[in-house]
Amino acid sequence: MTNSDRSGLDTSTPDPITPVLTRRWLSPRAWDIDVYEQLEGYAALRYALTGHPDQLIELVKASGLRGRGGAGFPTGMKWGFIPQGPTGAGAKPKYLVVNADEGEPGTCKDIPTMMADPHSLIEGCIITCYAIRANFCAIYIRGEALHPLRRVRYAVEQAYAKGYLGRDILGSGFDLDIVVHAGAGAYICGEETALLDSLEGRRGQPRLKPPFPATSGLYASPTVVNNVETIASVPAIVQGGSSWFRTMGQEKSPGPKIYSLSGHVTRPGQYEAPMGTTLRALLELAGGMKDGIPLKFWTPGGSSTPLFTAEHLDVPLDFEGAATAGSMLGTTALQIFNETVSVPWAVMKWTEFYKHESCGKCTPCREGTYWLLQILERMLHKQGTPADIETLLDVCDNVLGRAFCALGDGATSPITSGIKYFRQEFLDLCTAQPSGGVDTAAHDQLPELTGASA
Amino acid sequence: MTAPEGQPESVGNGNDQFPDEVEWEPAVPEQSPLTPVFDEATRQRTVEIIARYPQSRSALLPLLHLVQSVEGYVSQDGIRYCAEVLELTTAEVSAVATFYTMYKRTPCGEHLVSVCTNTLCAALGGDEIYRTLSRRLGVGHEETAGEPGTPGSITLEHAECLAACDLAPVLQVNYEYFDNQTVESAQALVEALQRGERPLPTRGAALTDLKTVEMELAGIFPDLAGAVAGNSAAPETLRGAQLAAERHWVAPAMPDMPPALPDLPEKR
Ligand SMILES: Cc1cc2nc3c(=O)[nH]c(=O)nc-3n(C[C@H](O)[C@H](O)[C@H](O)COP(=O)(O)O)c2cc1C
Ligand code: SF4
Ligand code: FES
Repeated sequence: MTNSDRSGLDTSTPDPITPVLTRRWLSPRAWDIDVYEQLEGYAALRYALTGHPDQLIELVKASGLRGRGGAGFPTGMKWGFIPQGPTGAGAKPKYLVVNADEGEPGTCKDIPTMMADPHSLIEGCIITCYAIRANFCAIYIRGEALHPLRRVRYAVEQAYAKGYLGRDILGSGFDLDIVVHAGAGAYICGEETALLDSLEGRRGQPRLKPPFPATSGLYASPTVVNNVETIASVPAIVQGGSSWFRTMGQEKSPGPKIYSLSGHVTRPGQYEAPMGTTLRALLELAGGMKDGIPLKFWTPGGSSTPLFTAEHLDVPLDFEGAATAGSMLGTTALQIFNETVSVPWAVMKWTEFYKHESCGKCTPCREGTYWLLQILERMLHKQGTPADIETLLDVCDNVLGRAFCALGDGATSPITSGIKYFRQEFLDLCTAQPSGGVDTAAHDQLPELTGASA
Repeated sequence: MTAPEGQPESVGNGNDQFPDEVEWEPAVPEQSPLTPVFDEATRQRTVEIIARYPQSRSALLPLLHLVQSVEGYVSQDGIRYCAEVLELTTAEVSAVATFYTMYKRTPCGEHLVSVCTNTLCAALGGDEIYRTLSRRLGVGHEETAGEPGTPGSITLEHAECLAACDLAPVLQVNYEYFDNQTVESAQALVEALQRGERPLPTRGAALTDLKTVEMELAGIFPDLAGAVAGNSAAPETLRGAQLAAERHWVAPAMPDMPPALPDLPEKR
């Protein structure tokens, strides 16, 4: 049955998969501008340019779009913070910086987006820049994402050739240049202020906030930093309107979202569903757990979001739902692990990552991740004691909220949630006390704990 | 095998107790001339790259990729070159170069093989793949099998999450994706590279070599129209869209015409 409201919009429950961002992915060469244009590409831009920039900011506010880079900040509000006007900060040049540094473990949505449909990102960039009155935009792509870099760079060149970029875009009087910039391998550069420092040719280390990028961002000028998926959502919002966008998802977390399923599922991949879907629903789409081996733990939104277990299959995966259940929506990167995987091992591996990627600027994170890893490795080598569990929690307590940026906080998530749900597994490692000598062979025994099969 | 002068990270001793230390050769006296490897073509590209940014220093990361494309690593000369063209000190440039893992401090092989050993890939076999390749090549992290720069030489590294978890376990050769690997497929791939073959990646352009892709990372594309066409449509990527197509699932229909934009907010 189909219901529709006064505007003629279908208001019945949407389908389990709602391809909006992914709607062109099946079309061959959708990354080419000719194909993109045939598929309604750049129509939203033409329409947007007929409006006043502030109307676009209002539109995005009304849509309820929230940042897809992890924190879920309301996008329209962020744009509205950019000072405008002929005097003071408003008189400075304004910038849009697109965060395409995708490095949060588990996250794998922006890279396929940039490869399959780069023009939706470019079109979103142009509309956004018009709205915030920016004439320069940088797309910061992690260096290891070479093929997405090519696709986006090619899309930019094609857009220039067709008059969507450069001077006097489509006769509107609006000018915009986009530069496609490759990073060089540092997870911390995904943090927005570290990204700005990196883009300025410095070590990628976070800045003190305030001042926020909205007033003092790139080159100390007003800057919007948005995620790829956020910006790629903008053209559809212009085309469909805010009420249409809100026919999907939840009141406070509207719209469609790309959920990335990885790990021990039958058919891992990218599934674009309305916000608020559940792992149970997604697993059904993905053919269930691989080989029928039961689910043990999973991340709802990357390794920095506290672990969930089989108890959380019905948690609505939107910003509120994930938070109420004790985790975070993050980047909707669902890494799924079955019963063969040791929780302490997985936690140790993630901690290795945070220790390696800690930028070293602040003591709680730099020293904390170092010592957390030491303790976890000791436990995995069967040389830990039950007191180590308390030490881990104590160190986490000293890092969480005291670190300079959210990387430090994120580093504690797997540890505290792992112990919360699977304390016995950590204890079991301690009770199986062996000789006590240096166990150099332990590394080779670890595969048993992971259930690795290659 | 060529181990770097620094601390070769031997395989699996679980004993890397100390934070990674940064090792650069001592600064060369400023007066010695730059090596002629940074030729006229490189200088022209340098100008082109700097011109893209509102402020020249933003060109530093691309320029470090550029010098790496010339020499196969970021040498002390490469540091001095970047410092000179951007009017920075060599200390400033070194501080940046040492921060990022993609800038290599010792000469690399023709190919760079990066195996994801982050948790998810590791659980699905990534650790085993890395260990096997390491044993097979006789090298550890960031070490090179063969004479650096010569055909068939390979630098090995373990990488953090490569944003391809739905295709785990993955590895990259010169940053092109080889998805859904096994120990056997990875081993066969490396052997083919050593024989001078260039197997096609699952996603990405036809393989070239590390120096060529470093040029692309600098933003200079010798053959963009060709390289851009490399495959990207992995079945995993398309699964949701495919399933929706099969079951006729769609997003709610948009209105025929874009709805009127909201009114301008009232000026306060
Ligand atoms: C350590 C760390 C890494 C991050 N990595 C990314 C990233 O790769 N991509 C991204 O869009 N946001 C990342 N973020 C979040 C950004 O700081 C920022 O919130 C986001 O880019 C804002 O865009 P949005 O409002 O569109 O989500 C990261 C944050 C932290 C603390
Ligand atoms: S929390 Fe970690 S990554 Fe963030 S500033 Fe401190 S040391 Fe750097
Ligand atoms: S964990 Fe290997 S690609 Fe993400």
